[in-house]
Amino acid sequence: MTQVENWDVAVIGGGNAALCAAITAAEAGARVIILEAAPKPYRGGNSRHTRNFRCMHSGPLGPLVDSYSEDEYFADLMKVTAGKTNENLARLAIRTSEECLPWMEEHGVRFQPSLSGTLSLARTNAFFLGGGKGLVNAYYRTAEALGVRVEYEAAVTHVAIESDCVSRVEYTQHGKAFQISPTSVIVASGGFQADTDWLARAWGPAAKNFLIRGTPYNRGAVLADLLDQDVDQVGDPTQCHAVAIDGRAPKFDGGIVTRLDCVPFSIVVNKNAERFYDEGEDVWPKRYAIWGRLVAAQPDQVGYVIIDAKSLELFMPSVFPPIKADTLEELAGKMGLPKDKLRVTVDAFNAACGDTANFHPTELDGVSTAGLTPPKTNWARPISEPPFYGYSLRTGVTFTYLGLKVDANAQCSINGQPIQNLWAAGETMAGSILGQGYLAGFGMTIGTIFGRIAGKEAAFYAN
Amino acid sequence: MQTDLVQEARRQAEICNACRYCEGYCSVFPALHAERAFSEGDLTQLANLCHNCRGCYYACQYTAPHEFDLNLPQALANVRQDSWEELAFPQSAAKLFQKNGALIALACVIGFALMFAAIKTMASFGGEGFYSVLSHSAMVAIFLPSFLFPLVSITISLRRYWRAVDGQRVKFSDIRGALLSAAKMRNLAGGHGDGCNFEDEDRFSHARRYAHQAVIYGFLLCFASTSSATFMHYLFDLHAPYQLFSLPKILGVSGGVMLTLGCIEMIRLKLRSDRNLGAANAWGGEVGFIGLLGFVGLSGLVLYVMGNSALMPSLLVLHLGSVLAFFLLTPFTKMAHGFYRLAALVRDEQRKT
Repeated sequence: MTQVENWDVAVIGGGNAALCAAITAAEAGARVIILEAAPKPYRGGNSRHTRNFRCMHSGPLGPLVDSYSEDEYFADLMKVTAGKTNENLARLAIRTSEECLPWMEEHGVRFQPSLSGTLSLARTNAFFLGGGKGLVNAYYRTAEALGVRVEYEAAVTHVAIESDCVSRVEYTQHGKAFQISPTSVIVASGGFQADTDWLARAWGPAAKNFLIRGTPYNRGAVLADLLDQDVDQVGDPTQCHAVAIDGRAPKFDGGIVTRLDCVPFSIVVNKNAERFYDEGEDVWPKRYAIWGRLVAAQPDQVGYVIIDAKSLELFMPSVFPPIKADTLEELAGKMGLPKDKLRVTVDAFNAACGDTANFHPTELDGVSTAGLTPPKTNWARPISEPPFYGYSLRTGVTFTYLGLKVDANAQCSINGQPIQNLWAAGETMAGSILGQGYLAGFGMTIGTIFGRIAGKEAAFYAN
Repeated sequence: MQTDLVQEARRQAEICNACRYCEGYCSVFPALHAERAFSEGDLTQLANLCHNCRGCYYACQYTAPHEFDLNLPQALANVRQDSWEELAFPQSAAKLFQKNGALIALACVIGFALMFAAIKTMASFGGEGFYSVLSHSAMVAIFLPSFLFPLVSITISLRRYWRAVDGQRVKFSDIRGALLSAAKMRNLAGGHGDGCNFEDEDRFSHARRYAHQAVIYGFLLCFASTSSATFMHYLFDLHAPYQLFSLPKILGVSGGVMLTLGCIEMIRLKLRSDRNLGAANAWGGEVGFIGLLGFVGLSGLVLYVMGNSALMPSLLVLHLGSVLAFFLLTPFTKMAHGFYRLAALVRDEQRKT
C-alpha cells in the first residue's frame, strides 16, 4: 500500500456538499484533497442532475421573487415528512439557506429565472444556470484555484477509526491501493441507492425493479464501512427520495428527462389494468414524490399511465414519446395490459366522470369522479378521444435516507460521543433531516449548508 | 438537407426539451422550449440561431460517455453547415468551398494571378498612387460585378432561408432587436454575462466574443472606408490617394488593425478549442476563411505603410487579389453565416412577439 503525502483535510466524495466543504476548508487555510470515486466526466455525484436549491428569503433575492419565510419553509418540510425531521437541524438548514445564495454566486455559481414549465417554484427555488453540472464545474474551478487537489476514480475502501479518531483513509485508484492520514475527514459520498443488493436487503426483491435516477457511483461503500464501525446512524433503510418515472428510462443516470408530468390528466393502472390511487389528489409538483412508492407497491413495481388526445399537450414533453394507438384495445395490446380489463376500468372511470366544464389544468379544479373507488378528485375527464397514449411508470430512486447521524456541527459520533475528526455532509447525512418524503431542492440546501459547516469545522480542527 | 443530420439534431432537441436546464444561456433554448415537435425548418432556424458558445455542452449531464450522447453544439453546427450548402446559390459553389480551406487559398492565389494579369493587360494612363498601376475605371470594371454578384446570390439564399423557417413579414422592431443582439454579440455573453466556453473547456471568457467584435467592427470600418472614398470620388471629385487625416484613411487603418488582430485571435482561440463541438469536416474551411479575411486586412495595412516603396505594385496585386477572392466567395464560405445569423435573429424576434 502506497503512503502518499499528507493532508489537513480529506473530503470523500465530489458532489455539491463535498465541494462546498473543500472550498470552505481551503479558504480557511487548510490543505485539502478531494477523493472522487467517479471519473472526471461523471464527477459531481447526484449534484450533476440537480437544477435548483430551496432558499429562504425575506425579500426578492437573486432570481427569487417575493419572500419565503423560515416558518413557511419549515411548514412545507413538516407536510412532506409528516413530522419526521430533526427540528433543530432543519431550522439551521432553512435559516442559513438565505446567506448561501450570495456565497454560491461568489464561488462561481450562476442562477437563472425559474425554467419554463416550473413557474410554481419561482418563489421558493433558485435555479442554477445550466443545472447542477454547471454548478459542479464552477465549484471545481474555484476549488482548484484555491489549491485543492482533486483525485478522480479514487474509491475509498476504508476509513479507519481508532477509539474516537479517524487514523487513516484507504482508497484505490487505477488498480493501485493508497492510504493517507489526513488530520480531518469529511464524508460527502451520498447514499447507497446504486447498490441494488443493499436496496433489495432493505426493500425485498422488488427493489431489483427500481431505476436509479442519478449516479451509479453512490454505492454506499463508505457509509457501510462507517456503520460497520458503529458510527451512529439515522434513518430508515426503506426511506428514500423516489418518484415515478418513465419505465423506459436507463437503469442509472436517466436524470430529469425521464420525469413524467402527465399523471394528473390520466388514469394510472397496474399490470392488471386496475386503478390504485387518486391521480388528481393535488397539483403534480406536490404529488410527484409520492408516486415512486405507490408504483413500488404494485405487482412487478410497474404502472401504466393512460391519457387521450385532449390531454397530450397539457404537460411538459418527456424524453420518450408516448405509445400511441387509435383504440384502447390496441393500446392495451402494445403495453401488454389485459384488453378486456382495461376497457372495463376505463368505462367505469368514464361513467363516473361528471361535468367537466370547470376543467382547469393548472389549478385544483374540483372536476372529480362520483361513486368511484379510488376516486379522482381533480381533472377527472373521460378517457374518450382517440388517439390514446400510454406511458409505463417505474420507481425511480434519487437517494436513500439511511445515513450518518450528525449534530449541528456536522460532526459524526459513536454511541453519542463525537468522533474528533470526522464530519459528514450532503445526502449521506440528509436522513437526519428528511425522515421521509421530499421537498424539491432541499437536498442541495442541506448539502451546501452542512458542506460549509463541515469544511469550517474540519479546517479549524486541522489548524 | 441531409436527413441523418436533421434526425440527429431532432433527437437531441427532444432530450433538451425534456430537460430545459440550459434555458438561460442563449436564444436557442427559449425558442426550442416553445416547440413540442421539430420540423426541418424549426431545426434550421435553431441551428442558425446557435452561436456555438458551447455553454450548453459543458453544463450538460447527458454528454458522452452517457448513453444519450448529447452534443448539441455539434448537432446544430452540422445542420447549420448543411443549410448553408443547401440554400446557397449556386449550391455547387458552396459545396466546394464551405469545408475546404485549401480551395479557399487556391481561389486567393487565382485572385492574385487575375490582378497581375489585369495590371499587365489593362494599361493605366498615368494616374496617381495606386491608379498608376491600375486605373480607377479598370478597378471599377473588375470590382463592381464582383461586389454585385455576391449580393444577388445572398439575396436569393436569404429568401430561401425565410421560406424554410416560415418567416413572417419583417417589421422594423424585428430588425432593431436583431441588430442589437448582433451588435452586442449578446448570444456569446452566456446569459450571465461571463462570456462563453470555447478555448478552455468549461471556463467562461469573453475572448471569443471580443475577437469576433473586433472582426465585425474592423470589417465594417474597412467597408465604410471604401464607401466614403467612393462618395468622395464621385460626389466631391476628391480622388485618391488620400492623406492620413482623411475619412477613408482613418476608417481604413483603424478597421484594418482591428480586422487583422481579430482574425489572428479567432484562429488562436480556434486552435485551442475542441473541434468535436463544431461542424464535422468544416474546420479547414472555417480557418481558411478567417485566414483570407485576415489577409485582406493585413495586406491593406502593409499597402498603406509601404505605399510609396518599389514594392507597391506587388503589394497592390496581393491586396486586390485577396479582396476579389473574398468578395466572390462571400456566399460560399463562413462569411455567409453573418447573413443567415442575422436572419435567424430577426426570425427569433418575431417568435418573441
